Amino acid sequence: MSSVLHDAQGPRAKRRNIVFTVVFLAVFAALLWWVFGTLTDKGQLRWVLWKPFFTGTEAWSTYIWPGLQNTLEAAVLAVVIALPLGAVLGIARLSDHRWVRVPAAIVVEFFRSIPVLVLMIFGLALFAEYTGVSSDDRPLYAVVTGLVLYNASVLAEIVRSGILALPKGQAEGAMAIGLRKGQVMRLILLPQAVTAMLPGIVSQLVVILKDTALGGAVLTFPELLASANTMSGYYGANVIAGYTVVAAIYIALNFSLATFASWLERRLRRGKKSTGAVLRADDVETADAGAAGKV
Amino acid sequence: MKLRKVSAASAAVLALAVTATACGGGDKKDSGSSGGSGGDKKIAIGIKFDQPGLGQKTPDGYAGFDVDVATYVAKKLGYTEDQIEWKESKSADRETMLQRGDVDFIAATYSITPERQQKVDFAGPYLLAHQDVLLRADDDKVKSPGDLNAAKLCSVTGSTSAQNVKKKLAPKAQLQPYPTYSACLPGLQNGAIDALTTDDSILAGYASQAQFKGKFKLGGFKLTNENYGIGVKKGSDLKTKINKALEEMVTDKSWDKAVKDNFGPAGYKNEPAPKIGDIKS
Amino acid sequence: MFDFLQDYDLAGAVWTTVQLAVLSAVGSLIWGTMLAAMRVGPVPLMRAFGTAYVNIVRNIPLTVIILFASLGLNQTLGVTLGAGGDFKTINFRLAVLGLILYTSSFVCEALRSGINTVPVGQAEAARALGLGFGQVLRLVVLPQAFRSSVIPLANVLIALIKNTTVAAAIGVAETALLMKEMIENEAQLLLIAAVIALVFVVLTLPTGLILGWVGKKVAVKR
Repeated sequence: MSSVLHDAQGPRAKRRNIVFTVVFLAVFAALLWWVFGTLTDKGQLRWVLWKPFFTGTEAWSTYIWPGLQNTLEAAVLAVVIALPLGAVLGIARLSDHRWVRVPAAIVVEFFRSIPVLVLMIFGLALFAEYTGVSSDDRPLYAVVTGLVLYNASVLAEIVRSGILALPKGQAEGAMAIGLRKGQVMRLILLPQAVTAMLPGIVSQLVVILKDTALGGAVLTFPELLASANTMSGYYGANVIAGYTVVAAIYIALNFSLATFASWLERRLRRGKKSTGAVLRADDVETADAGAAGKV
Repeated sequence: MKLRKVSAASAAVLALAVTATACGGGDKKDSGSSGGSGGDKKIAIGIKFDQPGLGQKTPDGYAGFDVDVATYVAKKLGYTEDQIEWKESKSADRETMLQRGDVDFIAATYSITPERQQKVDFAGPYLLAHQDVLLRADDDKVKSPGDLNAAKLCSVTGSTSAQNVKKKLAPKAQLQPYPTYSACLPGLQNGAIDALTTDDSILAGYASQAQFKGKFKLGGFKLTNENYGIGVKKGSDLKTKINKALEEMVTDKSWDKAVKDNFGPAGYKNEPAPKIGDIKS
Repeated sequence: MFDFLQDYDLAGAVWTTVQLAVLSAVGSLIWGTMLAAMRVGPVPLMRAFGTAYVNIVRNIPLTVIILFASLGLNQTLGVTLGAGGDFKTINFRLAVLGLILYTSSFVCEALRSGINTVPVGQAEAARALGLGFGQVLRLVVLPQAFRSSVIPLANVLIALIKNTTVAAAIGVAETALLMKEMIENEAQLLLIAAVIALVFVVLTLPTGLILGWVGKKVAVKR
């Protein structure tokens, strides 16, 4: 296998590769051996602890599925609310009027620089103190509030960079045929930008999904991670087994979302009707991060 | 046309996700909204969901001493088991839940304290528990409460028992907080943690689980008195009715049965049934 | 109005946050670079490992990783990271480890996209001179890749600073945990939130601005 960085390999390089492979395998195997050996010693791999997940459905239907439902509910609510809010903020940042542009920029930059967890903790206290939200829903509201505030500002950046990524001729052409500013945005720029942003938006879903776990660990939101806690009281403290299964579920969900996002991206790139402006899914994954890729 | 297909596909996926969760959310709302009023013959009771022996969510419903007491009381108030709606009441949420009327009463390892009495009313007590420590069966490092100063303790984030130890009993002890008590057990088993501290009634529930038989022991220190009461809204007329029910529960021996069912396997030496209003400080 | 702050060690908590961020940043830069090298390197097994690592780790919530570090690595496998028996130190180090493991997958991706911006001709010319993979990477490609990854890396750093709050899940006394404690004990909710928000704005905004400026300054002009 050759790439830009290395040629097709000659005999010496091949030998060296084999050495590397063997050493790497040995180290990796030793590590696994140690992990599994110790886990067995400490009795964490006993079948009793893992059995609930593999035999019967009661562990899934009593604990995991309701938890997963809450996770998805929070994530979907957050996206559905954050998307229009983010679009408005993103477009506002592109406004010609300073009094629209500057406040929007302040809001976006402010919420992007504060940790989601801090927003969630604040939200929980806020709802408890000043509103009539019942204790059943308060953690959900707090989690969604935190996620919406943060992700709306990230999505605002995605929208903004999606519009900026369009070829200039699009706006110029639209203005030349006499469309007004609002019409240019509504009829020409946004429809194209939305398709360009789709991969970015889908990968932002991964970030949102992961962040819901904060609600389970630090607030009292009964989502997937927290369901492993409730479950461990019944199945004899199988916390390690529980968290492992939960982690596997997160990986499966997020990996399929991420794969979907890059498939979308490839698809859009190839599409003939597109202007060729596509935000890469990767750009936004760094936005996990708090700043959309194109700064 | 490709673009449109892609957009349609993603819209479909999104719609699917929304409906899927909407259904899930819907169920929850239905069961959540009818609590509070007695008119439609439902009663909402707050319990713990993750404390074996007291209040634990299981595949067959809810089980534990608190659950049995609450069921008995509800029956005396005129509700069948089917009319009870169980709600999870985390320690930090209990006063607010009562004040706002999210639940009719709470039986969730709810100790009667003067601070809480300012906010809510208590019926009972129905059980006298003590803060204690759970130790490895083969560990004799911790013989008296004073030894806890040199120990590594584990408890639940923000629990009063943890703060109690830190402030009064063993200020020098190290404390590891986790989201749930079960998370403390692997460490306790392996020696990374010396003692798990909370009420002995809760500890007994863990110690009695089949796979921990003989591995753990209770310290038996009786560090504090925890008078478990049933919390009701301040000024609620439920208090006297619940007190009456609790008295009956003791006289008709249901109390003993509930203790035996839930604490028996744990070998937990419970205190005799407390008299109503007799709060040990 | 700010009297209540005297009862809390805000400076100490912020200092912990800063330490968490700095140590994890250095660690994840090192481990992330190694991962990136594996992912573009000539050894198929290492390439597979790098790819698998990145795809698995960045799809797990950081909360789960940090809980695992504490519960699995420390409590079950007995790893103390040289901290002896002191929970405070152990939890701090475990949090740093968890943050490194998580953040390095993003560092790896940022670097890989940086490597992709280096024109093919650069590597080809280097190889034509007879340099091996290690030399090509070390002397020609990475220096340029780092320069064009400054901005994505800055974004990762800002995310990292904010992600240090997740250490609260295992009881590391950092800023978010202090905030929770203050909210539970004090009445001035909005004031507390404002103070904590200010702390993070002060930590992240300048970082973004400075590194953004540096990024533009050092970017390879093509």
